[in-house]
Amino acid sequence: MMTTSYVMLVDDEVPFVETMTKRLDRRGLKIISASGGEEALKKLKENDTVDVIILDVKMPGMDGIETLQEIKKIYPLKEVIMLTGHATVETAIEGMKLGAFDYLMKPCDIDVLVAKVDEAAKKKKSHDAKIEQARIDKLVLRRGYD
Amino acid sequence: MVKDKNKNYYQSLSRNMILSTIIVSFTPMILVITILLQQYQVSFYEKTNAHLNELVQKHKQNIDTFLTEKTANIRFLAMTKDYETLNDDEFLQRKLQLLRNDYGNVFVDLGIVEASGLQTAYAGPLELENVDYRNAEWFQSAWQKDSYISDVFLGLRGTPHFIVAVRQNENGREFLVRATINFNSFNSLVQTLRLGKTGYAFILNREGAFQTQPAMDIPPDPDGISFLWKAVEKTRNKILITRWTDDTGEADLYAAGSLKHGQWLLIVKQKVSDAYADLRRMYYLALVIFVIGAAGIVFMANYTTRRMVRRIRKTDREKEGMNQQIIETGKMASIGELAAGIAHEINNPVAIMVEEAGWIGDLLEEEDFAEGENLKEFRRALTQINTQGRRCKEITHKLLSFARKTDSTLKDVQLNDIIREIVDLSSQMAKYNKVSIETRLQKTLPYITASPSELQQVLLNLINNALDAMEKTGGVIHISTKISEIEPGTIVIVVEDNGPGIPDANLSRLFDPFFTTKPVGKGTGLGLSICYGIINKMGGKIDVQSAVGKGTRFRIWIPFQQ
Repeated sequence: MMTTSYVMLVDDEVPFVETMTKRLDRRGLKIISASGGEEALKKLKENDTVDVIILDVKMPGMDGIETLQEIKKIYPLKEVIMLTGHATVETAIEGMKLGAFDYLMKPCDIDVLVAKVDEAAKKKKSHDAKIEQARIDKLVLRRGYD
Repeated sequence: MVKDKNKNYYQSLSRNMILSTIIVSFTPMILVITILLQQYQVSFYEKTNAHLNELVQKHKQNIDTFLTEKTANIRFLAMTKDYETLNDDEFLQRKLQLLRNDYGNVFVDLGIVEASGLQTAYAGPLELENVDYRNAEWFQSAWQKDSYISDVFLGLRGTPHFIVAVRQNENGREFLVRATINFNSFNSLVQTLRLGKTGYAFILNREGAFQTQPAMDIPPDPDGISFLWKAVEKTRNKILITRWTDDTGEADLYAAGSLKHGQWLLIVKQKVSDAYADLRRMYYLALVIFVIGAAGIVFMANYTTRRMVRRIRKTDREKEGMNQQIIETGKMASIGELAAGIAHEINNPVAIMVEEAGWIGDLLEEEDFAEGENLKEFRRALTQINTQGRRCKEITHKLLSFARKTDSTLKDVQLNDIIREIVDLSSQMAKYNKVSIETRLQKTLPYITASPSELQQVLLNLINNALDAMEKTGGVIHISTKISEIEPGTIVIVVEDNGPGIPDANLSRLFDPFFTTKPVGKGTGLGLSICYGIINKMGGKIDVQSAVGKGTRFRIWIPFQQ
């Protein structure tokens, strides 16, 4: 296992969020939970360490797709996994077109979910690493030419 | 109840249509025939009367001329010769011969009669010299006038004849020159006048005695005669045309004109039925045309009305069927929405339950519990919760996939997928009915373009019908798909059961709307007619084969994409 992944869980069903938090936490993930789109965005602003966001598609107020679009606009590197009921598979697929990492159907197997989160985190971290490397290269170059 | 009401509605509709057609057609026909007949009758009467008038007028003149001429002949004879010359048999014989040469056998004999009534000279075929006419009626009448024509009488000779006499005064010596006129030659003037079958002419005197031999031996009706006489006198020498119904009830047409200074009456008599035979023939013709026309109108009114009402009835029924289909589709759509809502609402709690069970599972990993006595039981229970949660998920998924397809928009569809879904949905119900559903689906079927929800509806209908049929007995439903060999370019779906089958009588009406064998309130009778409509709309075909006691087989052909 690489470094600990920070995961944000967004769902309007509070009992679901609570249980999931406990279970994912037990599996070594750092969980920040939010019960809606707005709250999620607010918490993201406060906490920049989040790597992966698990996002329910159907929520009151700001729904999954809107939240996804907002997140991708502000934090293009953060990976989003859509969580959906059967009725909203199309929406989830649309979400993937808008930049979501993948989607999973509720109720989902916890191990599958953890695997997906790891995958997404790995991708995010490799992106981060590349950017870091590029920045270093840039710095080195600049210094070299200076 | 509804059916009775409809029946009455269509009956009164046909009745009204037939009645109005008949009235509209009959009125002008009756009017035209009546007016034409009326006009024809008037002009026919005029024509007949004019003809009669002319006929009688002519004959009247002929007869009057005849009589005047004969009188003139005798007067000429009397005036041109003196008594001495005349009163000689030989001279008279010569004169008679001359007259006969001129006029044929009109003059029978000639004679001179003295005031005493003694015939002093005579020429003719009879021995009448020195006959005393003193008491003869004609003599007494003739003596008082210059000239005289007697009525027809038998006289001494015993054959009908009449006398023309002229009184001559020669130097105070008075005598009569008389001639007998041949009855037959006079009679022929009148007897030749014939009209139609029953029309004939005759002459009557004031007393109503025949002056000619009538063609038909009918005794004159005294009332009729006096009526005619009076009527003729009123017309003042014109021709009278009238009708008289005699005692036997037979109506006759009479044309009468007076003769011989009003002493005789020339009568032409014809039976009304004969005189107006042409008119009657016209009436018959009109009646025949009317009857044929009426029969034609009634028949056509009936025929066309029946056809139209049948068509109206058919379109009404189709419309009703369509309405029901729309209602049905609407119902399916709302059921779909409901199902989607329920599925989603159930999905979330189930997800939470499964997660909670998962959490318990997680906690059981803790060492505190590792030694627990009932650990195994806990694990089994958790697995069971998980399994059942998954089952719930499957059910909601099926409901959702059913719901998502309840619109009639066309899509590219894999028929086998739809059949599997429907079989899944129906299998529970089939189990309760002790029916098993077996499928034999050909792999790699081509796509078809159809509305998934409509296909579902068709299949559900067929399966539900089969389940209903085998409710008591149980059985097997076979569903198979393959590319059809009989109908190229189509996929054939066969839904077969081994239930009680459908009797032949019902088989032909199976796809009719509202045809149902289920008890009232159980079936609308629309299911199969809707199936038929849907398959037809897709350009497909549906048929049914059934044998009582063996089972029923529905076959559906649906064209696939090339």
